[in-house]
Amino acid sequence: MVSAVAAFFGGLAIISALGVIVQRNPVHSLLSLIVTLISIAALFIAEDATVVGLLQIIVYAGAIMVLFLFVIWLLNLQAEAQLSGHLALKLGGSIAASAFAAEMYAILARPHLLSQFTAEPPGFGSIDSLAPKLFTDYLVAFEAASILLLVAVVGAVAMARRLPSAGERKPSGEEQAS
Amino acid sequence: MSWPAVTIDLVIGAAKAIVVLLLVLNLSAVLLWFERKGSALIQDRIGANRASITGFGAKMGLPNMGFINTLVADPVKLFTKEDFVPEGADRMVHALGPFLALFPVLITFAVAPIGDQITIAGHTYSLQPAELNAAALYVLATIGIGVYGVALGGWASNNRWALLGAIRATAQMISYELAMGLAIVAVIMTFGTLNLQDIVRAQGGMWLGFIPRWGIFMQPIAFVLLFTAGMAESKRVPFDLPEGESELIAGYFVEYSGGKQAAFMLTDFAEIVLVSVLITTFFFGGWQIPWLYRDGFHLPGGGLIPVNQIIVAIAGVVAFWVKVVILCWIQILVRWTLPRFRYDQLMRLGWKGLVPVGLLNVLITAFVVVAAGGAS
Repeated sequence: MVSAVAAFFGGLAIISALGVIVQRNPVHSLLSLIVTLISIAALFIAEDATVVGLLQIIVYAGAIMVLFLFVIWLLNLQAEAQLSGHLALKLGGSIAASAFAAEMYAILARPHLLSQFTAEPPGFGSIDSLAPKLFTDYLVAFEAASILLLVAVVGAVAMARRLPSAGERKPSGEEQAS
Repeated sequence: MSWPAVTIDLVIGAAKAIVVLLLVLNLSAVLLWFERKGSALIQDRIGANRASITGFGAKMGLPNMGFINTLVADPVKLFTKEDFVPEGADRMVHALGPFLALFPVLITFAVAPIGDQITIAGHTYSLQPAELNAAALYVLATIGIGVYGVALGGWASNNRWALLGAIRATAQMISYELAMGLAIVAVIMTFGTLNLQDIVRAQGGMWLGFIPRWGIFMQPIAFVLLFTAGMAESKRVPFDLPEGESELIAGYFVEYSGGKQAAFMLTDFAEIVLVSVLITTFFFGGWQIPWLYRDGFHLPGGGLIPVNQIIVAIAGVVAFWVKVVILCWIQILVRWTLPRFRYDQLMRLGWKGLVPVGLLNVLITAFVVVAAGGAS
């Protein structure tokens, strides 16, 4: 059953997701993406996955989108004057998107799909039910993910720092064009 | 006439939300007066004293306290000014900016535990607008999206100073959010819950009969972290680099006037209230009053003066707001006492000072919690 909340935020997520790709100005696209992410978080919360929804807002809408904003600012991206892309690219994209839509329809239209889901146990999605699973059953995967992220952070810092190689010292103000 | 229970719950929920919202908005307006008169007090000036209704106060022999200035004349002036949008500005985002800044701050108060529960006609109502279990996460989420109003408002103004102010504000807010999150994590670990109402309940009672079991005695480092990071989030002196007037005129809101500028100002004051509410909740026992429990006043030497539970709940609400106002006043005192940081000092304090201390605090808290058998 589609509740009113799910319909509203689902629709909002789709419209704003379209806005991300339709709008020319990168900052407007970013704003649309934030709306999409918050709508998806609202969908999570409507399905009782409160913690996941809030984490979605903290991590994606609150942190990662700010980084996107910084990238847009630092690269000084302007609104696209004209649509780019070759005809072949557009054609290929359209075919791929249609194929994906058809596939999704084929999967979701199967009638027995909904009956596979059972009702959520009480307390589902609360931090009390989530945390013990994360730190006992899935501890290895959880820690592996954190190590991967740590490696990525260390790598990014190492690449951004550009230590002066032996013998030569770059003036500190010199910036690398990106 | 009997209403269905759902309707009654809806009405009560709406009433709680509106009362808290009005309390916050009014407190923000009064803080403006606090700030003008308080800064005058600190700097040995008279402060706002011009507007007055036909010298009413003077006739009564009272000093003009400037209420009319700051509570009536200033807002009326702001809202009747021309709403100027600079040429080449992104009109939609420019208009959206102040409200994107104000909205997340105001919705955060939805989880403010302003009082204990109250029982009327067999129904128990918690004096918290939204009884959310993961309220601490909700606070972090709304604070996290609060950065966009400032960032996009400054960007949309098509002004170099505004953009520089916006970049500074964004960098500062995401840097100090981290310290804020770490401070809140330590508190959550201490009390073992994300529910703000439960955190306040856990702060009832006394150690040795006279020290209240408030968070500040358990997490003093987290208190300093949250207070500092909170002041940095509200972008006020000594953290007001985003609007540093000697460098950026007014920073991110330089191209705003009229009601939109008022919205940015209101955001500042609402953020002061928000920081005070969070600190009261986490560190000063929220609505707890020493020795006062649901059944009455427990005298330190033993003995009990019974008090009606409704009066206890109301006293708790008053205690909560008294604590909040005191903390707001301390923030205004700090603003008018300290000079502004330099930008590198600001970043060093955030990343090399608060974040490592916060991490260490979380680590030590984890060891203590495990050693005390708090985590199972």
